[in-house]
Amino acid sequence: MNEPSPRPILVIGAGIAGITAALEAAEAGREAVLIESERAVGGRVLRIHNYFPKLCPPSCGMEINIRRLERNPRVRVITGARVAGAGRLPDGWSVTVSISPAHVKDTCTLCGECSKVCPAKVPDQFNLGKCMVPAVRLPNPDAFPRRYVLDRSACPQGCKACADACKYGAIDLNATGREETLEAGAVVVATGWAPYSIEKLKELGGGVLPDVISNVQMERYAAPGGPTGGKIVRPSDGKAPRRVAFIQCAGSRDVNHLPYCSAVCCLASTKQALYVREQIPDAEITVYYIDRRTPGRNEAMLGRAEAAGVKFVKGKVGKVRAGPDGGVLLRIEDQEAGQLVDAEADLVVLATGMAPAGGDLPMPVPRDGDGFALDDGKARIFAAGVARRPEDVAASVRDATGAAAKALCAGRNS
Amino acid sequence: MDRIGVFLCTGCDIGAGLKVEDLEKLAKSSGAAQFAVHPCLCSPEGVDAVRSAAGGGALDALVIAACSARHKQLEFRLDPTKTAVERLGLREQVAWTHTPGDEDTQMLAEDMLRMSIVRASKMQLTVRLAEQIERAVLVVGGGIAGLQASQASAGMGHPVVLVEKSSRLGGHLAGLSEVVPEAPPYDRLHPSPIPGLVKAVEGDPGIKVLLSAGIRQISGQPGQFAVEIESGGGRETFRIGAIVLATGSRPYDASRLVGLGYGLPNVVTAAQLDEQLSRGELRLPSGGGAPRRVVFLQCAGSRDDSHLKYCSGDCCTATLRQVLALHNKMPGVECAVIYKDLRAPGQLEHFYLAVQEKTHAAFLRGVVEGVSRSGEGLKVVAMDGLLGERVEFDADLVVLATGMVPNAADGEAIRALRDAKGRIERNESDTQRKLAEELAASLAHHEGTEILNLAYRKGPDLPALSYGFPDSHFICFPYETRRTGIYAAGSVRAPMDAAQAAEDGWGAAMKAVQCISAAGRGEAVHPRSGDAGIADFFLQRCTQCKRCTEECPFGSLDEDAKGTPLYNKLRCRRCGICLGACPERIVSFPDYSVEAITGMIKAIEVPDETEEKPRILALLCENDAMPALDDAALKGAKWNAWMRVIPVRCLGSVNLAWVSESVSRGIDGIILIGCKRGDDYQCHYIEGSQLAHKRLENIQETLTRLSLESERIRVIELERDECARIPALFDEFAQVLADLGPNPLKGF
Repeated sequence: MNEPSPRPILVIGAGIAGITAALEAAEAGREAVLIESERAVGGRVLRIHNYFPKLCPPSCGMEINIRRLERNPRVRVITGARVAGAGRLPDGWSVTVSISPAHVKDTCTLCGECSKVCPAKVPDQFNLGKCMVPAVRLPNPDAFPRRYVLDRSACPQGCKACADACKYGAIDLNATGREETLEAGAVVVATGWAPYSIEKLKELGGGVLPDVISNVQMERYAAPGGPTGGKIVRPSDGKAPRRVAFIQCAGSRDVNHLPYCSAVCCLASTKQALYVREQIPDAEITVYYIDRRTPGRNEAMLGRAEAAGVKFVKGKVGKVRAGPDGGVLLRIEDQEAGQLVDAEADLVVLATGMAPAGGDLPMPVPRDGDGFALDDGKARIFAAGVARRPEDVAASVRDATGAAAKALCAGRNS
Repeated sequence: MDRIGVFLCTGCDIGAGLKVEDLEKLAKSSGAAQFAVHPCLCSPEGVDAVRSAAGGGALDALVIAACSARHKQLEFRLDPTKTAVERLGLREQVAWTHTPGDEDTQMLAEDMLRMSIVRASKMQLTVRLAEQIERAVLVVGGGIAGLQASQASAGMGHPVVLVEKSSRLGGHLAGLSEVVPEAPPYDRLHPSPIPGLVKAVEGDPGIKVLLSAGIRQISGQPGQFAVEIESGGGRETFRIGAIVLATGSRPYDASRLVGLGYGLPNVVTAAQLDEQLSRGELRLPSGGGAPRRVVFLQCAGSRDDSHLKYCSGDCCTATLRQVLALHNKMPGVECAVIYKDLRAPGQLEHFYLAVQEKTHAAFLRGVVEGVSRSGEGLKVVAMDGLLGERVEFDADLVVLATGMVPNAADGEAIRALRDAKGRIERNESDTQRKLAEELAASLAHHEGTEILNLAYRKGPDLPALSYGFPDSHFICFPYETRRTGIYAAGSVRAPMDAAQAAEDGWGAAMKAVQCISAAGRGEAVHPRSGDAGIADFFLQRCTQCKRCTEECPFGSLDEDAKGTPLYNKLRCRRCGICLGACPERIVSFPDYSVEAITGMIKAIEVPDETEEKPRILALLCENDAMPALDDAALKGAKWNAWMRVIPVRCLGSVNLAWVSESVSRGIDGIILIGCKRGDDYQCHYIEGSQLAHKRLENIQETLTRLSLESERIRVIELERDECARIPALFDEFAQVLADLGPNPLKGF
């Protein structure tokens, strides 16, 4: 048996899967480098209001994970970074990481003086662009690394208000990007997913009608840190919706869009129906579905929603258009009643699926027909989380822990 | 610690609103050996000043009076074996949240500084454990999860002992040549991974396989388990570092499904059909030829309030596999599947479509009304969910897709049963015996279910959560159980299919190996991973009340014959619940003790009632409530200046001595803020929040007996993202206390 490679494990993507893979390896004594393209770790889970089935905030578990990251000397986190090049070594990879300019340095204290004076506003990426924030800001309430970020491209010509306001010299308007070469004993691909774009679902009103939103947007509307401060509203007039319709498999299980089932949307909508019920006790809530896929102990979510008066209708929504008096009109093939019916809603949530992200990595990551990454043990590349297959948070954590083990095994028995 | 240095940061508005010279005087009069002020303590120069002061040897404890302990951790972390560090969040708790220059603000800062100096003085240096640690992993169960866990552990360089109850490896899938697809293109049956895994495991010199084996006893702790295994008539004891529980599941008892025809000839379970498929001979059980018309009934005993409430997770895809396997063997066979929801999650959707296309099986969403004999064959009557009509199927074979029941034992229930039996035997009084008999009867079904046979005070197996699955934080930290160093994997942990169980095997092996690694460094595992501090029990004062051994959620404490706690350091998660439980206050961690927090409470100056400045103690859980408090400060919230906040490890670590000390010192009210409890608990230590509520109820009764208002004590559950609630929580409580008037014990 060969000795374990002393090189660190490189984890690409610091969402819940990547964070998990890096930490599990590091807590077992192996060095890990965690690369994230955004300026803060956390990925998509931090943009979720509550996890199912406990309806608990993701920031709770993330608080522990961030503490683990901060305190573990064996994990190095590099944010604002992309893998720009990769070369095979006999026992791993040599990887070039391109790191974007750090205009706010780690001497930032989060005092917030820069944000107060910043004249430029940018769409808040954390809130999916649904509100505006200063160009220099804390990227999200739980941001780790704990420092502000600056969208330099949004700065007005010659403006240096933030740098002048910073008492700690933490802002460097002239910072430049850099490249770093790292050697890794194994690579974990945890590049996550992108929501299937609702713009591609025009027949369901996606991108056409203002009151047709996606499930990921719904999470932000429901979250206290979201664009509406946690109030579920109809985007067109900011009023609380009285009738809310969830359309399942919007772009999933559909040969014209994503042919697979995205595995989380049934539970996500069931959970979101409960968000609506909590805020608007008398709202009419209907979920249109093909199959209610709430496996395992998550089955209890269905009963909970039914008890809360959420109506589940087996039916395919064929068309969504503007209705009279500002509402939205749905044409549904009600499969139980065996007829076409029309329904009206104030707010329609499209349960869009998950498409794998990270297809642009420079190393040869094998992929299946749907674009999900596969393991290549010989090449010491292992996939984790939704980059690997559509699955929920618990399954992502499970598989990412396993991916860390696979990375630790790599090279030992070869 | 007696050489304390105070480093005060005046940056981030801290200095602007406070009289720094008064703080300096106070620090010196409170016993600080050194006091230094820096305009930006986290700057490289500030950090240098702190580190050189610590490194010089003149100081053994530092108070960093700056920002919250959650910030600038890297800058202010020092080796806890050499220097104790107390972080005081003046920025979040004073500067950003209270009126600058105000008298109350200054009093708050002075109290906080005094409290921190006292805490630092009561801290101890951490002494790292350095014990002999076993590297071997014990895997219990030789199904797919256990095989994969064995291979993974061995692959990471650890010796493995694999215990299997039956006489062969492979579990349920052992006989099947083909399984549900686990790899692209997901549209056909996949060769079973079992033979390859069995061969790899059996051929690995690092893996010792024990068949027809059972565990007689497990004693010890992570890194130092002694596992006595009986196998082939002999017994052997193995030294083990960590354990993977992969005992899988069994099919739901079909004899309870007579409504679905079980008991009639040619009504079989999915497992029975698999046995036939693995033998390769498909004959009707009643005799005669091969089946021509097969009807599958889904959710047989699952998703059903009178049977298993949960979905068993793999029956739908297992049925798809069986339909395709039947079709492949007998192309003319007609199959029908009656289901509630067809669950082929993720990319198994491809498989569902392929099976429909290849086999032309009928899929009907409906509810089965009955299965009966019909001539030579069977008749299935179902209500068609789509058309609302009654539909009849003639079949010669009906397959019940029975769900899975975990092969787990509920350790705490078994222990309760043993205790009840003990009470019956002792026969102390008629009432006692009667109660014990009733309890024993209600727990009788746990008799003889032991698997791990842990020699633990809290029972021989893992405690269960819902539906008999082992308890864990199943969303964020799915492998964690309530017994340190024991990780559940596969369908014993949660309902799942074979591919998921294999992934579980990898992950649980990772956790087991990691636990051994942490034990070797003398560090805690989740959630305080990296913490090297361990508890000290001052046993001379122990009264054998057994509260600590009873309340430790992780079963870290055993008892000797007299009931004195026996602390298993390597099982300890450092939550401090034992510290909260102890009426004699004998439990201490190096950086967290009853004495230290009591000292902090004593350091609060309580103005007399004529000053109309009430004092309120706020004990906040450091996991969720303290971060929420930071968030509130960051967002510009303001709150009542009468509050004195002390972070605690868990609400369960709150010792009632702190409450009585506060009350007797004239503090007007106490608010405890912790995580959510109950079935959907968010407490990182499972029971801490629950225990705090229970204990506080008792103390509220005590207050009432002392003619004090029980409203003076309040316990609140707060979620991590609820920072917006904090100011109102504080203000509203302050108002309640103002209405009650001052604590009458003030000044006594």
